[in-house]
Amino acid sequence: MSDWVEACAAGDIDEEDVMRFDHAGRTFAIYRSPDDEYFATDGLCTHEKVHLADGLVMDDIIECPKHNGRFNYKTGDARGAPVCVNLRTYPVKVDAGKVLIQVG
Amino acid sequence: MTAITSSAASPRDYSLTGRDARLAVENGLAAAEWYHTEIPRKQMKELMQRSDQPAIRDTIIWLAAFVVSAAGGIWFWGSWWCVPFFFVYGTLYGSSTDSRWHECGHGTAFRTQWMNDVVYQLACFMIMRNPVTWRWSHTRHHTDTIIVGRDPEIAVMRPPDLLRVVLNFFGILDAWHAMTDMVRNAAGIISPAEKTFIPEQEQPKAIRVARIWLAIYIATIALAFYLHSWLPLMLVGLPRLYGAWHHVMTGLLQHGGLADNVIDHRLNSRTVLMNPISRFIYWNMNYHVEHHMFPMVPYHTLPKLHEMIKHDLPAPTPSILAGYREMIPAFLRQLRNEDYFLKRALPPTAKPYREELHNDNPVAAAAE
Repeated sequence: MSDWVEACAAGDIDEEDVMRFDHAGRTFAIYRSPDDEYFATDGLCTHEKVHLADGLVMDDIIECPKHNGRFNYKTGDARGAPVCVNLRTYPVKVDAGKVLIQVG
Repeated sequence: MTAITSSAASPRDYSLTGRDARLAVENGLAAAEWYHTEIPRKQMKELMQRSDQPAIRDTIIWLAAFVVSAAGGIWFWGSWWCVPFFFVYGTLYGSSTDSRWHECGHGTAFRTQWMNDVVYQLACFMIMRNPVTWRWSHTRHHTDTIIVGRDPEIAVMRPPDLLRVVLNFFGILDAWHAMTDMVRNAAGIISPAEKTFIPEQEQPKAIRVARIWLAIYIATIALAFYLHSWLPLMLVGLPRLYGAWHHVMTGLLQHGGLADNVIDHRLNSRTVLMNPISRFIYWNMNYHVEHHMFPMVPYHTLPKLHEMIKHDLPAPTPSILAGYREMIPAFLRQLRNEDYFLKRALPPTAKPYREELHNDNPVAAAAE
């Protein structure tokens, strides 16, 4: 079982926004939904490896800043061209004001 | 503005499967990291915010203008009074759809995605661009803007084919190619070039759309024969020819006469200040450097983005006329020397061009 890793403080991310988190040579995107829930995915778009943390969060969608490809960041589902491959998602929990993700 | 001439090994190969396509990959020009003006995340988020309201307002005006101009054209059909109505109708059909296709393809015009999709499909039909093929070609255009052998949307290749440019003001070659591509796609054939940028799983969708469009055109032609009138074709199909002038006029300014094979949009794209009518037709794509740097920003926010980053950009070209006054001489020079291009001067407040990124191209050569 993989370890839980502290990504950031819960307050570091605005509601309906995303933040980049790099760990052990990998990059992740941490999301805070409009409902104040936290989620995590791989940090790079599956289309052309652009950092999703520079993109736009709308409801449960993250839009890539380069080609406007869209994913559901809660499930990782690709939501149409130009993205065709789903994002990998990771379990997230908030403990004592810290956002932790379980990196696989 | 500086005029630059440099020497290259041999003429450019614009084929997406040719020599320069391979060289672009080898030289790191394909899918490269492009220059961006720094904008704090908070401000960037504000700029990227989506809203339905501006595009709904504009689309209501747009559709109403279609209805009124079409009704006037039909009403006055057979007299010269139909000409101004068809002029407006044609410009809406053959030009304003270029920007609607583009903005809705990016998904930035409306916040609500189905609204983007509806206008996208309608505009694609009118501008005669397969919505599947062009979504993917435009993706490539943003990845590899004006990279020879990679960008499928280079409007004026070097040396410029000026006859082609002039004919396209009347949509002649573009429409011909669109029609032959549609028939080919409808027959189930995806070209080798299309296969380089359309994923395999998307190709059947391009074929399906081509077949639907072909059926619409056949029905329109049949109706014209049945009515013994050109009127159905004046409303469907032909406006792509007689109304193309505005989108070609504005589209050529986007990159015409500027650098190729660079990875800084300030070098290969042009922002032009335009009158309000052209900006409505063009949906603010005259802010073209800004659009390429930040394609997430909706058209209605581009003027604000321009104000925010203009300290880091070349001065905008002050008018359409001024754009042509610099671009046409550049095209004429490129007839004699295809390596000639216009290098846009940066203001003192801007970060300089990163010449080290362009070591093997004319920009670096010019700087030496």
